[in-house]
Order: sequence, then C-alpha cells, then structure tokens
Amino acid sequence: MQYSEIMVRYGELSTKGKNRQTFIDRLGSNVRNVLHEFPEVKVHANRDRLHVDLNGANSDEIMKRLKLVFGIQNFSPSVQVERTFEATAEMAVKMVQEQLGDAKMTFKVNTRRSDHEFEIDTNEMNMRLGGYLLEQFDQLAVDVHNPELTIRVEIRNNGIFLSSETIQGIGGLPVGTGGKGMLMLSGGIDSPVAGFLGMKRGVSMEMVHFFSPPYTSPQALAKAKELTGKMARYSGSIKFIEVPFTEIQETIKSSVPEGYLMTVQRRMMLRLTQALTIQRHAMAIFNGESLGQVASQTMESMMAINDVTTLPILRPVVSLDKNEIIKIAKDIDTYELSILPFEDCCTIFAPPSPKTRPNLERTRLYEQRLDIDGLMQRSLDGIKISEVKAGEEFLNQEADAFAELL
Amino acid sequence: MIYFDNSATTQALPEVVATYAKVSEQIWGNPSSLHAFGESAWNLLEQSRSQIADLLGTKPSEILFTSGGTEGDNWVVKGTAIEKQAFGKHLITTMIEHPAIRNSMEQLEMLGFDVTYLPVDDHGLISIDDLKAAIRPDTILVSVMAVNNEVGSKQPLLEVAEVLKDYPKIHFHIDAVQGIGKGMQSKIMNDRVDFVTFSGHKFHAPRGIGFIYARSGRKIAPLLTGGGQERNLRSGTENVPAIVAMAKALRLLLAGEKKAVASELAIKQSILEHIKGRRNIIIFSEDNDNFAPHILCFAIEGVRGETIVHAFEEKGIYISTTSACSSKKHLASSTLKAMKVADAVATSAVRISLGDQNTLAEAETFNQVFDQLYADFGKIMA
Repeated sequence: MQYSEIMVRYGELSTKGKNRQTFIDRLGSNVRNVLHEFPEVKVHANRDRLHVDLNGANSDEIMKRLKLVFGIQNFSPSVQVERTFEATAEMAVKMVQEQLGDAKMTFKVNTRRSDHEFEIDTNEMNMRLGGYLLEQFDQLAVDVHNPELTIRVEIRNNGIFLSSETIQGIGGLPVGTGGKGMLMLSGGIDSPVAGFLGMKRGVSMEMVHFFSPPYTSPQALAKAKELTGKMARYSGSIKFIEVPFTEIQETIKSSVPEGYLMTVQRRMMLRLTQALTIQRHAMAIFNGESLGQVASQTMESMMAINDVTTLPILRPVVSLDKNEIIKIAKDIDTYELSILPFEDCCTIFAPPSPKTRPNLERTRLYEQRLDIDGLMQRSLDGIKISEVKAGEEFLNQEADAFAELL
Repeated sequence: MIYFDNSATTQALPEVVATYAKVSEQIWGNPSSLHAFGESAWNLLEQSRSQIADLLGTKPSEILFTSGGTEGDNWVVKGTAIEKQAFGKHLITTMIEHPAIRNSMEQLEMLGFDVTYLPVDDHGLISIDDLKAAIRPDTILVSVMAVNNEVGSKQPLLEVAEVLKDYPKIHFHIDAVQGIGKGMQSKIMNDRVDFVTFSGHKFHAPRGIGFIYARSGRKIAPLLTGGGQERNLRSGTENVPAIVAMAKALRLLLAGEKKAVASELAIKQSILEHIKGRRNIIIFSEDNDNFAPHILCFAIEGVRGETIVHAFEEKGIYISTTSACSSKKHLASSTLKAMKVADAVATSAVRISLGDQNTLAEAETFNQVFDQLYADFGKIMA
C-alpha cells in the first residue's frame, strides 16, 4: 500500500509538563536527522503527534529507521483521503482486504476528530463505517474491546487519515533531552550496551576510547569506531574521542606493583575522562561496569577507582548478568563486532592476578611515584576528535575495492 | 556442444574465474594472520559472508563455509548426531536423498543410531502423514532435499516446516544443492529450517567450495577440528579465492534467477512436449509445480541409459544417466527404485538438466537429434 504519512505517537514525554515542547522539538530534529537521506520527507512535530509526510518515499525504509529512534512509543502508516464518507469507506475496504485472510476476524473502527466542523461526528463515523465494512466482508465481526483489527480514522482539516496497523517504537526519551554524557568505550560487549541504555534515557553520548599503540592494534581502534557507528544509528551521529594511553601504561607498568597495575590504570582513565567531561561541558561519565564481573568490578575496586572523581559515574549495566548484556548487545547488533579478538588497552599488561580488593590508601601511595599532571597533559594534548555517522564502517577499509570483486 | 548436464556441474563463469584469479594473486594472505595483509583477507572473507547472508536473508554469522555439498550434508547429519545424541538417536530422512545424506545415515546406523527413510510416491514426493507418523520423542533430525537430483521432484518443504513447528527441538535440514536459484528460495529459507546445504559448483562457482546455513542458536558438532576457523566449527585455512568467487556467482545467479527459471522451464516444456506420448517413452519429471524447472528425467524402454547418453554424445549433446554419482557404477537410479519403477525401466532412464546458459534453440536441436536416435533405437526397442 502506498502510504501518505507515518503518524508517530510520543512516549513518556507527554507526561513531562512544561519541558514538553523541548522534548517534542528534540524528537523532531532527531527524526529529521535519521531521515536525512530522504529529502522529500517532511517532519512535523506537533503538540500531540509527530507526522512524517512521505511525499512518495518508501514507507518500509522510513519505518525501519523510525524503529530505532528513542522517544517514539509507536507509529502507524496512514493514508490520506478526501474528506468524504465515500472516500473514507473505499480506503477502509482496501485496508481490510490487505489484512483479512480466509479466517474470521474481529474489528472495530476508532475515530478521532480534531476538526469539529466536519459533518460526521466521532460516534456516527464509527457506526457508519463499521456497518459498511460489515456489509462488505462476511468474515468480519465487531469486537470493541479486543479487536484483532482496528481501523483508525482521523478527521483533520487537511483530510481524513486512515490506518490499520500500529507498530511499536523503541520507547525511551529523545536523545539530547537528558544532557550530555561521556561513555568509556573499550570495544568489549558491555560498554556499547551501557551507551545504548544511557541514550535510551535521552543522554547525548560522546565516546572516550583509550588506545596504546603499538600495544593495541589499528584494528582495535577501528573496531571501537565501528561500534560507535552502530550506536549512532540510534541518534544520528556521535563524537568519537581517541585518547593516547601508551606513555601512561608504560609508566604505570614500570613503577607500580603488579597487583595494583589495573587499579591505577583505571584511575588514570577516569581522571582523563573527567577532564574531557569538564572540557566538553558534559555532566556524567558512563561505563559498562557490571558488579562482580571481573577484578576491576568488585565494590572494593569501584571505590578505589571512583576515588579520583566527584562526577557522577553512571553504570547502566551494573546489575545485569552477562547473558542479559549479551542479549541486548545482539539486539542492537554490536555483539558480533564486540567479540572480534583485538586486544584493547584493558587487556594488555593485565596482571595474572589483579587485586580484587585493592586498598585505597596503598593505591594512593603507589600513585605518588607518578607525574600524574604531566602524564595527563601529554595525553590530553594528543586527543583526536572525529564525528562518526550512523552505520559508518572502519574495520574494512577496502570494502569498496572488494565490492568490485564480489 | 550442447551441455544439458548442469545438475552434475556447471561451467565456472569467466567473471567468477577472474575474481578467483585476482584474489589468488593479490589477496592471498591467511585470514587468521594478525598483520594487515592477513587482516585484508579476513575482511574480504567476511564481506563475502555478508553478501551471501544478505542474498539469503540471514545473519552473516549463520553462514559457514565448507568444501561443497557432500561436506555440508555429512556435517549436518553427523554433527547433529554427535551434538544431540544425549537427547535421542533417531533421525528421519527420505528414500531419495543424495548419497551424501544416505551414506551418512547408514554410517550412523552402524554406530547405533536409528534412521527412518520416508518412502515416496510415484511422483517422487514424500507424504506429510508418513512424516508425522515417523516422528518420535527421540527424533533429533529431519533431513529433506529441496529438489531431487535425479527426477527433479520438489519436496513439500513448507508443509514439513509446519509439522516441525510442533517439535521445536528437532533439527530441520534441507539439502538445497539442486534447489538454489530455481525460484524456490522462500520455501528453502523458510521460518522453521535450521540447516541448509549449498554447493558452489552447481551455480557457476569453482569446484571445492560450498556453505551451510546454520540458524543461530542451533548447535552442531564440528567434524573438522583444528585451528578453529569458522567460529571453531569448521577448521582449515579458509579458501578465500573460492569463497569470494562463490559469493559473486551466487549474486549473479539470484540476479538472473527469474529469467533463468522461465527459460529453463520453456526448454524443459519444449522437449517434454516433443517426446511425450511416444511408444516406450516414460517420463518421470512432470510439468507442474511439484517439479523443478531444470530437470527432465525420462526412459526409452528397451534401450540402456548409457547407450542413450553415448548416442547423444556423438551428436555433441551431453546428458546423463540420472545422477553423475551413480552413473559410472552402472547402478539403477535409487530415486526411480524408490518410486517403484521396475529395474528394466530404471536402467533405461536418462536425465537432462538445464542451466541459465541453455537456449530454446538448443532444445530444438535436441528434439531433431532425438527424432533421429529414436528412429534408430526402434530397431532394438522391444
């Protein structure tokens, strides 16, 4: 069926009082961003609904993208017809035909009239159109409580809009309404999931990735960027910040006892992320820590690491089991990438037996051997910031040349 | 030369061979190597996998490369048996499977597994009631071919899928070696199937390469263990040139599928119309939706299959006695036997199998040659 528009219903934001307009505007611009490849499409973010005027664009492609936009409760592809009962009835018949098989089906008509000047009122439209459809199709029966098929009719100033399907959106809040956060992105399974969950609550996320050439490979960096591209499908585009970490890691390795390597390393990462958070006017740090999963993620470790900052550290997957995290990673299509076996800077120099209960006082003591300010400054001087677009790929630089072979 | 033996093998396309050569010459690194040269081969391998996955509507991780149809069939049957023997030791297949399935099943029988071979009717089709009756609590695999390689009968895959929806633990395997590119992809890649076997050289890719589809979440044991390639499921250094060539051949096959199916069907119909109804001619491949468009199996009663093959060969037309696998052993077709065709008739059977490069003009030439030979054979026909 050639639809004329997709009617989008807002999620939780309808309950947000005076912030409502901010939410609606943000969602509108996020939707426009996500649909930027379709210049013919017009997006109208109104008070109660958001309307995507297709102007001939492929509705399946548009809906595929809308499914990933946070802040959308659900949406219905709709067809616009002339403001007459006859035109409405004719389109309703077509819609029923498309949904109806040989079996019996229950249905109802659900009318909404925003134009109160229109001569048929809500009840009368429900009755007349319902009656008409019953006459046309033997298999139909009315059930107003639990219908298998609902024909929605919206009477507006510019036409009557019919729809027969409601497709679930991803929910959450529009990205950007929840402030800015910095995600510590390693390349493993957990951090992209943490980023996704943060974005779901409206946070506009920037990626902080530590890399230590030659100990970490160019592929590890490319993998982190490609993961960012996957996450950007939920928000349009994401800033990716590469933070050089080689000197810091080498220095720690040569001056800190093995059991404390990991703890001190994490404290340095957190200090750097804190500096970037302040520099870039973000408000919180996100990471993929899950309680008890590895040595750095015991409560004692968290305390010893957290010690270097007063910024909120938000851990969206803190209480998820590994299997639960993997399930989300598969759903958001980051899992296969995450399991590619490139060493990241969390695994190199990993001591065979890191302290699972590091002592805070001793950690601070060992750190006094380091020129923390100098190390940090040199690292921050070397950061690189790039913009990663939705679905952008980095691992396979020869993809276009290879496509010629294929 | 008129080549009517495309079910035995196909000619590798020049552009596919060009890809094979280019990859062999330029991107010959080992995909498992850590350096950039190996990484490049890995990327090309994965890009090929993604292309195949996209063409079939699967996830890339559900495509696993093999050396061809025989390995794929062996793997799914034996790999399921090893993986699931704790849950049961009963497998179901049909009486007309390719020997790669049949002999794998027989090997398992020697190891104490129990196999039910579903019979076929005189059209070469299994009955869904037989399948339902055969399923037991300890059944672990149902393996059914998409298109029979000897007569071209198409098994009711969607009906099998429906039945197996009530038995979610049973592995459902389809041998699609003869079915790919024949206008039935939605039936093969149905919503219940767990494993599907494909072979490259049946669709203009080089020899020695194939792949299986393995639904994510379904487990089979590896048969080839070693370096852990293919997600630890099929070890052995990846045959990257052949894999890339096969991905290209599959793209070309599916791009031209509609046209090829129509053309093959027209050729089959032309020959079928020409030969049917004559004395001593018995046709096993019908002209309806229960049969694939590219296979035509018939017998000239009283004349041995080999004699017919060689007679056509002398006129520059290559056909086959039923399957290439059994033809050199002078065995009667096992499919025809299962269809309860008398031995005397079955040994007179030959198979024409068509490809997208065949033309209606070739069918006309075939028909003329057929008339000459048929007249000659008249002397020896009973």
